[in-house]
Amino acid sequence: MIRRTTIAWGAVAVTAALALSACGGSGGGGGGTGAGGTTPLDGRGPITFATGKDTSGNLQKLVDTWNGAHPGEQVRIVELPESADDQRQQMVQNAQVKSDAFSVLNLDVVWTGEFAANRWVVELPQQQFDLQNFLQPAVESAKYRGKLFAMPFKSNGGLLFYRKDLLQKAGIQQAPKTFAEMSADCQKVLALPDAAGMSCYSGQYEKYEGLTANFAEAVNSAGGTIIDADGKPSVNTPQAKTALDTLVQGFKSGMIPKEAITFKEEDSRRAFEAGKLVFENIWPYQWAKANQTDGSSQVVGKFDVAPLPGISGPGVSTIGGYNMAISSFAKNKATALDFIKYMTSEQTQRSNLLATSEAPVLTKLYDDPELVQKYPYLPTLKASIMGAKPRPVVVHYGDVTKAIQESVYAALSGQKPTDAALSELQQKLQQLTQQ
Amino acid sequence: MTSTSTTEPLRAKTRSVPRHARGRRRGRAEAGRLAALLLSPTFAVLALVIVYPLVSALRDSLFSSGEQLDENGFVVQGDQFVGLRNFADIVRGAAATRFWNAFGNTTFFMLTTVAMETVIGMAMALVMHHALRGRGVVRASVLVPWAVPTAVSALLWRWMFASDGVINAIIGHQVLWTTEGWHAKLAVIVADVWKTAPFVGLLTLAGLQIIPGDLYEAARVDGAGSWRQFWQITLPLVKPALLVAVLFRILDALRMFDLPFVLIGNQKRSAETLSMLAWDEASNLHYGPAAAYATLLFFYVVVVAFLFVKLLGADVIGEARGRRAVGRRAVGRRAEDAPAAPPREEVVPA
Repeated sequence: MIRRTTIAWGAVAVTAALALSACGGSGGGGGGTGAGGTTPLDGRGPITFATGKDTSGNLQKLVDTWNGAHPGEQVRIVELPESADDQRQQMVQNAQVKSDAFSVLNLDVVWTGEFAANRWVVELPQQQFDLQNFLQPAVESAKYRGKLFAMPFKSNGGLLFYRKDLLQKAGIQQAPKTFAEMSADCQKVLALPDAAGMSCYSGQYEKYEGLTANFAEAVNSAGGTIIDADGKPSVNTPQAKTALDTLVQGFKSGMIPKEAITFKEEDSRRAFEAGKLVFENIWPYQWAKANQTDGSSQVVGKFDVAPLPGISGPGVSTIGGYNMAISSFAKNKATALDFIKYMTSEQTQRSNLLATSEAPVLTKLYDDPELVQKYPYLPTLKASIMGAKPRPVVVHYGDVTKAIQESVYAALSGQKPTDAALSELQQKLQQLTQQ
Repeated sequence: MTSTSTTEPLRAKTRSVPRHARGRRRGRAEAGRLAALLLSPTFAVLALVIVYPLVSALRDSLFSSGEQLDENGFVVQGDQFVGLRNFADIVRGAAATRFWNAFGNTTFFMLTTVAMETVIGMAMALVMHHALRGRGVVRASVLVPWAVPTAVSALLWRWMFASDGVINAIIGHQVLWTTEGWHAKLAVIVADVWKTAPFVGLLTLAGLQIIPGDLYEAARVDGAGSWRQFWQITLPLVKPALLVAVLFRILDALRMFDLPFVLIGNQKRSAETLSMLAWDEASNLHYGPAAAYATLLFFYVVVVAFLFVKLLGADVIGEARGRRAVGRRAVGRRAEDAPAAPPREEVVPA
């Protein structure tokens, strides 16, 4: 009987203790995380590579090749969800519990600053990579405050897809270089009977990350910046106003169809493939999709690509892509570093491009005759990426992109005049970058 | 709620043990200890899955973390106690407009969708109850929307509400449903009612089926028309089941997240609910404000549920308690016979 009592009380005590310790547990987070500066990257053995769902199917082959050559340092792919937000969330959670489950992280270019500032990824030894062989804008996206925290693995840049056939019919020889030229070309093209019911131009203007990219492109193409080289917000400038006015005017005049305010990449892609757009600003993946002969595309062989049109300067694309970084909490960091070197090597990048058509990060591959024959858009893409600017590199990128989307969307949908939207945005960005 | 209702039968059983044992008082104390022992796993689980998250969220809402940078640009580690600042910021600080807007949306969606679902669900139940031929088929088909996962149905509706979607084709006029404005709210309401009216219908149908047929027969003999039968027999008798269904719908509607998120999108003011705000802050690593939003939503849900039960007398636990009392009395007479009515909550598909 006594025993039973003890057990009963014991059980109650355990319950209470569980509840208490659980409460205490969450409080202890943080503390001092290691010393600053570079930590030595040592330790060899099996590692993992955390990356978004591999839609190309080629990643496993690349890893298999590595595994064949490194029996003691096997790499296992940890496939995260397809959505970028979910990938980021899982990586953040993994970092917050200091888990060593993810060794190498495949970071979207815009997360790199956040992960570096939180010391979730370690600094990489710059001298061990031939950085001059890489696309410079891609390398810049992997740096935080001048230090290298990741290596570019895939790149991306926006291109202007246009209807070659219609432009020729309208007697236009060259793709437009500016918005004004594009608008003039559209007037000619849309007058053609073949172009009945078509709209001139679209990018991605739904309230999501794509809107930030499109707005950044417009501002950079007008010679401005969202956040300048000193880290100060600069959207109260005439350049930023010109950029936003151009987009707003595009919607008002019908140059951009009014439903484009609901467009994400896939919506604008479908619109272009259905023959509803003369010009479209999108990532290069559109090339393969629009050339599909399974009946999904009405424009097979009827289009070409050009650099993005400028506004009051040359057109500037926003850089996209992925950077590989090493988790601060990983074991076997030396193996991880070698694996990154392997994945960014010329051989790997070339075979990946051939298998997946994903934009490589090594400059010379863009001029390779064999590759250019297979992917005729490569030289244009290179020009686009070389001229590309990163989106603002800030720690609280999530807050910054949210503020941009909020104000720009309000202006595009006509709820706020551009002046008011931009001054409000400037104010918010100042608060966010002060911290 | 669940804990007390599941423990009752146990206590009833253990209480009958000491009859054959020694003194009554001592036996009761022993039984109490045995009960504590037997229940401790349940308490442990409850503490872990209910108490801990609640307390943890409350605690998080009083702290701030990761908001400052040191001179090298690294985030300052560790939590700082900020007291009620997160709450103050939400209700009257910089985030106030966004919060009150989300609060308004949540309340608006709750009121409109639940009202419509109740009426339509009731109608569905009546049809399902009366349909003689093809009754099974009618019931199954009415339940299909409820079986579709919310995120999937939201995606489905998004395609239908797309600029070149079927809805615009039917109304013959281009409305951009997913942009800001009242049309976005309308889209959410339509999709939500489509999906959850069957739930109300299902629960109401269960209530309808226990109404004895002779009541209607008697009413017919007395010359009551079908309208009168509905108001004077069907509605009062189905009320307990209907109120439980409505209560569940209210709680569901207050924490609505996936439907507006997928259908309209993140950060759209017209359809932003409180859960979406909490998610948005958490995904931007502002755990303090996120926990504060979640805590406020929790209290809001508690208050609404309490008022609903008090004012409308939704017999969620009352009825079960009544039946249990009867059961307990029976136990007093015959120990083996303690089939206390299963608590209502367990019957309802979550």
